[in-house]
Amino acid sequence: MRDVIIIGCGVVGAACAYQLSRYKLRTAVLEAGSDVAAGATKANSAILHAGYDPEPGTLMARLNVTGVSMAEEICWKLDVPYRKNGSMVLAFSGKDRDCLRELMNRGERNGVPNLRLLTGEEARLLEPELSREVVEALLAPSAAIVNPWEYALAMAETAVRNGVELYRNCRVTAITREKGGFAVTAGDKVFHGKYIINAAGVHAGTVHQLVREPRFTIRPAKGEYYLLDKCEGTRVSRVIFQCPGAAGKGVLVSPTVHGNLIVGPTSEPSGLEDVSNTAKGLQTVRELAARSVPGIRFRENIRNFTGVRAGSDRGDFILGEAPGVPGFFNAAGICSPGLSAAPAIAEYLMEQMAGRGLALEKKEAFIDTRRRVRFHELDREGRNELIAKDPRYGRVVCRCETVTEGEIVECLRQPIPPTSINGVKRRVGAGMGRCQGGFCGPRVQELLAREIGVRPEEIPLEDAESYILTGETKEHLF
Amino acid sequence: MREYELIVIGGGPAGLAAALSAWEGGLRDILILERDSALGGILNQCVHNGFGLHRFKEELTGPEYAGRFIDMLSGTGVEVKTDSMVLSISPEKQVEYVNPTDGCQVACAKAVVLAMGCRERTRGAISVPGARCSGIFTAGAAQRFINIEGQMVGRRVVILGSGDIGLIMARRMTLEGAEVLACVELMPYSSGLNRNIVQCLEDFGIPLYLSHTVTNIIGKNRLEKVVVSAVDERRQPIPGTERTFLCDTLLLSVGLLPENELTRAMGAEIDPRTNGAVVWENMETSVPGVFACGNVLQVHDLVDFVSGESGRAGVAAADYVRRGPAPAGRTLKLENGSAVTYAVPQRIRMEMVGDGVQVFFRVNRVFGKSAVTVKSGEKQIARFQRDHMAPGEMERILLPGKLLALAERDTLTVSAEEVEA
Repeated sequence: MRDVIIIGCGVVGAACAYQLSRYKLRTAVLEAGSDVAAGATKANSAILHAGYDPEPGTLMARLNVTGVSMAEEICWKLDVPYRKNGSMVLAFSGKDRDCLRELMNRGERNGVPNLRLLTGEEARLLEPELSREVVEALLAPSAAIVNPWEYALAMAETAVRNGVELYRNCRVTAITREKGGFAVTAGDKVFHGKYIINAAGVHAGTVHQLVREPRFTIRPAKGEYYLLDKCEGTRVSRVIFQCPGAAGKGVLVSPTVHGNLIVGPTSEPSGLEDVSNTAKGLQTVRELAARSVPGIRFRENIRNFTGVRAGSDRGDFILGEAPGVPGFFNAAGICSPGLSAAPAIAEYLMEQMAGRGLALEKKEAFIDTRRRVRFHELDREGRNELIAKDPRYGRVVCRCETVTEGEIVECLRQPIPPTSINGVKRRVGAGMGRCQGGFCGPRVQELLAREIGVRPEEIPLEDAESYILTGETKEHLF
Repeated sequence: MREYELIVIGGGPAGLAAALSAWEGGLRDILILERDSALGGILNQCVHNGFGLHRFKEELTGPEYAGRFIDMLSGTGVEVKTDSMVLSISPEKQVEYVNPTDGCQVACAKAVVLAMGCRERTRGAISVPGARCSGIFTAGAAQRFINIEGQMVGRRVVILGSGDIGLIMARRMTLEGAEVLACVELMPYSSGLNRNIVQCLEDFGIPLYLSHTVTNIIGKNRLEKVVVSAVDERRQPIPGTERTFLCDTLLLSVGLLPENELTRAMGAEIDPRTNGAVVWENMETSVPGVFACGNVLQVHDLVDFVSGESGRAGVAAADYVRRGPAPAGRTLKLENGSAVTYAVPQRIRMEMVGDGVQVFFRVNRVFGKSAVTVKSGEKQIARFQRDHMAPGEMERILLPGKLLALAERDTLTVSAEEVEA
């Protein structure tokens, strides 16, 4: 019998696994997809909010501010790209000015440090590309940008290094209560656990349904984005917001930790897994973003994407033991600021579980470090040391992002190795650049097949059904 | 630090021709840096014929065409490093590269030829809405899978864009047993060569939908269908014209972009029209001693013209090394007149003109009987007749030195116009 079974390995599931792995517990993580961090965690604004948005007193408010301060240390320890570049909310009108004051007031009550109001001129001194229409701005120095999927992956990898079991392609189909806990069925496997954490994102309602009718409803909302070439990556240096409306925090413009410019999102009610882009949504993004930063060159776009936020009808995170189901803990309704709050959510849940009898006894030897090679960030000496040890670091596979064969081979030896082209992309960045895998795609496919020991056509884009190749040429002749 | 007379960045058709000409021009210390594991560039995956009609007066396949140059080069002392990715080039012509045997090294040169070629525009560049399923390839990536790796990418295919690679792949996939349902082109004319429209689409009964585009991509894991709509004069989809194609593969052939990240980073001036370097009459960029040629300078239709242009760049690089920088003197600036998208070279040094200057350009629409004029201010200094011109077919004119000397102003304007039949 395991102590804890975590259902879902997005950033919240990963953060829970990471925090629990510090203790003498048997923990298993069940992930329905073929990879971790492949849902909302990989498709969002990639920012850590300062915390002035949520209503004071809510879980969102409390855990956002704690979460971002925890994130800084976790990213440093686990080698996750992170940059505290600050954010600005722009005002274009008198009504917006009132909004900035409201946000500043909320932020101060939520404990956000160093908030400051700037005049339009002051804002443009810091961010010269801002529109002339900006009359005032709220500056929040504690906001940051992060690589969201590596953040989750790093926590999940560290958890696995510390003994947590991770099962991928493991969709939970039944949960039954049994003496001292639960039996969780996923396909032909059955897991027994004393406690369950439901971190299933958009599927949190479905998972809850397996044990009892939930009292919340997941209300998925999709957001569409542009990701622009690095030549646009310095158009702004901070995260630039507009005043939030009923539909969310509005369209932002921000650099990414990889050096690109991200612009979006929209917010529209959607299906649970509707990650398609629409012409209308993309047009909305362009129009709204141009209000903040008129000079953005959208022709430098390299990719559009859509993420589905797993919000709920509650308006706050749903955290804690499900009423009437002792031992079953929800981490549901995690929309923005979920990424920012993730480690604080994990800590909060652990406290709740401890209050319900989970024994938290620290391990003597907890591995709390992670390093990965980023060839393009090394100096010449560092590169040559690597190549002398393994010449595969001298072969550049992804030209746009300067990713070497050595890095790809190395990521396959990590605790959670990739099984797909997108899995490699998320781990080492191959295919993330301006040619979007046009050159390196076929090479990564070949490399991955060779290293895993399968035929190239068995390597999918993402999950197993998303096959890329249909077989060898000339097969139709035989 | 190893010092060369000339370093050529890229061992595709442009780099090969430039290195060869520089050798013939007397240089004996030349290095080619090629990022792939073999010389030849994209020609290696172009197994169809049609290459070399101008250069060799015969029809060759891509690998055969590259092979001719590789054979000629093997008789020289030009040094070749494959698997070698150039990471940076300084204006002082220090070239930083990496490969598995040398590691990360810097070599310097008296002259550099940029011959990095181009890349394909992607789905992102044109923001096609819809799902992000598998089964969507740039035409060149699909070509590599099929012709180099021997792997098939799909069975029922729609092609967006009528660029030459897309057209070639329509035929290639048909011959490999796939069903190509449609080729869809946003513009009212094809951007590919006419001979490819005939030989790759018409001969196989593949419909070409002009003034149409893909407006939705549907598929949960693998592509399941695409929606195609007609577009109006402003290239906006017309509601109600949607038609759905059930297919597992979408190939994108929506244009090529010169790969000028190294060029930009070294500070060379870039022409926003070509996305390539601004060059003088001898292919020299704004950085003295650095030359650009082939698809990194301007996207060509025919490799024969790439070889010609690159040969001139190689000769010019050899001259630069042996004789020093070009003399100062009068310069002319080439400007794009009516209906002309771009013209290369962008600048001419009168002292360097010699017999004349070859000017390449493209027009922005289809022309029947027409004329190309070159004016300096109001004064026409040259006029060329054409029976047909199209955006998909690069034009070239030769401006003799004698005519250039007639220019009264410091600018020359190249324009195209219809002529009454």
